[in-house]
Amino acid sequence: METAVHGKEIRKDNPVLRKIGRVIIWVLLIALAAFTLIPFVWMISSSLKLDREVFAFPMRWIPETFHWENYSLIWEKVPLLTYFKNTAFIAIVVTILQTLTSSFAAYAFAKLNFRGRDVLFLCYIGTIAVPWQAYMLPQFIMMRSMGLYDTLWAMVVLQAFSAFGVFLMRQFYRSIPTELCEAARLDGLSEYGIWARIMLPLSKAAIATLVIFTFVNTWNDYMGPMIYLTRDINKTVQVGLRRFIQENSSDYHLIMAASLCSLLPVSIVFLCLQRYFIEGIATSGLKG
Amino acid sequence: MSQAEVKRVRYKMGKLERKNTLVAYSFLAPNFIGFAIFTLVPVICAIALSLFEWNGGDISKLKFVGLDNYATIFATKKVAEKGLGYFFNRADLGIALKNTVFYTVITVPLTIICALALALLLNKIKGAVFFRTVFFFPYVSSMVAICVCWSFMLMKDGPVNQLIMALGINFNKGWTADSTMAIWSIILVSVWRNMGYYMVLYLAALQGIPRELMEAATVDGASKWQQLLHVTLPQLKPTTFFVSVMMVISCFKIYDVVAIMTDGGPGRATKMLVTYIYDEAFIKVRYGQASAISMVLLVIVLAVTIIQFSSEKKFSND
Repeated sequence: METAVHGKEIRKDNPVLRKIGRVIIWVLLIALAAFTLIPFVWMISSSLKLDREVFAFPMRWIPETFHWENYSLIWEKVPLLTYFKNTAFIAIVVTILQTLTSSFAAYAFAKLNFRGRDVLFLCYIGTIAVPWQAYMLPQFIMMRSMGLYDTLWAMVVLQAFSAFGVFLMRQFYRSIPTELCEAARLDGLSEYGIWARIMLPLSKAAIATLVIFTFVNTWNDYMGPMIYLTRDINKTVQVGLRRFIQENSSDYHLIMAASLCSLLPVSIVFLCLQRYFIEGIATSGLKG
Repeated sequence: MSQAEVKRVRYKMGKLERKNTLVAYSFLAPNFIGFAIFTLVPVICAIALSLFEWNGGDISKLKFVGLDNYATIFATKKVAEKGLGYFFNRADLGIALKNTVFYTVITVPLTIICALALALLLNKIKGAVFFRTVFFFPYVSSMVAICVCWSFMLMKDGPVNQLIMALGINFNKGWTADSTMAIWSIILVSVWRNMGYYMVLYLAALQGIPRELMEAATVDGASKWQQLLHVTLPQLKPTTFFVSVMMVISCFKIYDVVAIMTDGGPGRATKMLVTYIYDEAFIKVRYGQASAISMVLLVIVLAVTIIQFSSEKKFSND
């Protein structure tokens, strides 16, 4: 009893302190948000300047005159549209293949009993722990001998069958009661029917997470396309942008404009679906 | 039940089981075939390839060399002659390991501190969703764009140096071109990019702390500070452990930031394990040696994973 009273006293006598605490929290938050956003602001500002203005001293956050023509210039100088198309193709095909095949396989792992299940699942889990960089070379040699080198399909098969997707979906399916499947089985639904009519509709949240993750990761992937795609008509946004930077390393303003364009699609997807994205990470907690 | 009936039932059940297994395999097949060809086989080949010498070209040039590749990358002859110092100061692998470990040792705690601070600040505050989106944003934005932006900002006359000069510190070198600052610029970008991601994990963990614990602490007269030290932080231990393991693994795999910002330079100042693998494999086309280095990476990552699994119990809340 005594301690309770003591606690109340402490809480009562510091409204001022609490207010100061609030202010400090907000100041810190705004400062950190500024630190996070400043590179993007600088990117926008530089993309609207002339190249010699970018590193002028003292620095101006708002350009003297806005050079919007930078944005039309880059479309002439860089085949950005081709890059966008290639990346979109890879990202969309990978996302569809990945979501379909992994939710299919995850159903078998989560809800069916069959011989060899645990061994197979162990294979999947085991390779999640193996870094891609450790086996990218044999994979590359194999793909090249299959004639997939410098094709967009190389990027597709590289990422479409990841063990991570299967793992994520399996974890989710396990949380769906097995009785539901059994009832459906008694009602005469085939396993395929159960997957399509019960599991899929119930796993919308997990699928949304997987879709966004796959899409963003594929879009932003750098090392894969870097190794596999050499011809300009096959390049993705990331490696295409990199090539442009290497070839025009002093066109700072154009580089910043092109970089900003490369950010847009994923940013839009993220801002629209950020709730799923962030909640997906919070619940599945994986993939760095 | 008669013998015949039992037999019949058994036969039927056997048939059912076979049918079930077939159905299960049909579910697995689309993913498994792709997975087996493009992941499982290469993983097995990677181990084998490290025992061969091959510089691309015709497969008939493949030559078994045993552990020679490992001897080369660990520079065993020179090390035997000149001591271990040679390995860490001269050998490519030693330098790559040293840089990667340094990068990891600095980046992991820094990111954890930032992520935790952000999560604590954001926990139970109005407008949290807005800030959460802001802090998370770098994580989804494309590597090339942000790395280029940062390397411009860190250039000799860039805004960062202008700020530093304004604070009265005399530093006018380009960060990525300076052998001591280059690795710090990579650390800076990594922390900046990843802190929002780990913040999300911490936020979820904070939400999971039972209310009663906090209330009990308040009733007992604990100040906000004491609450943080004695209730919140201990409750976050499992998350911190999980986050650090994940981060150590991803730090050892660092490539993108380095490739875009410094390309391993200046000199070998930011040469990392994966940059080393890339150079050996795709530039110098020494497949055997590249695979041997890959195995070093594999062993390190697996060791960290095993540590995680074996101490999971110790760190879990029960």
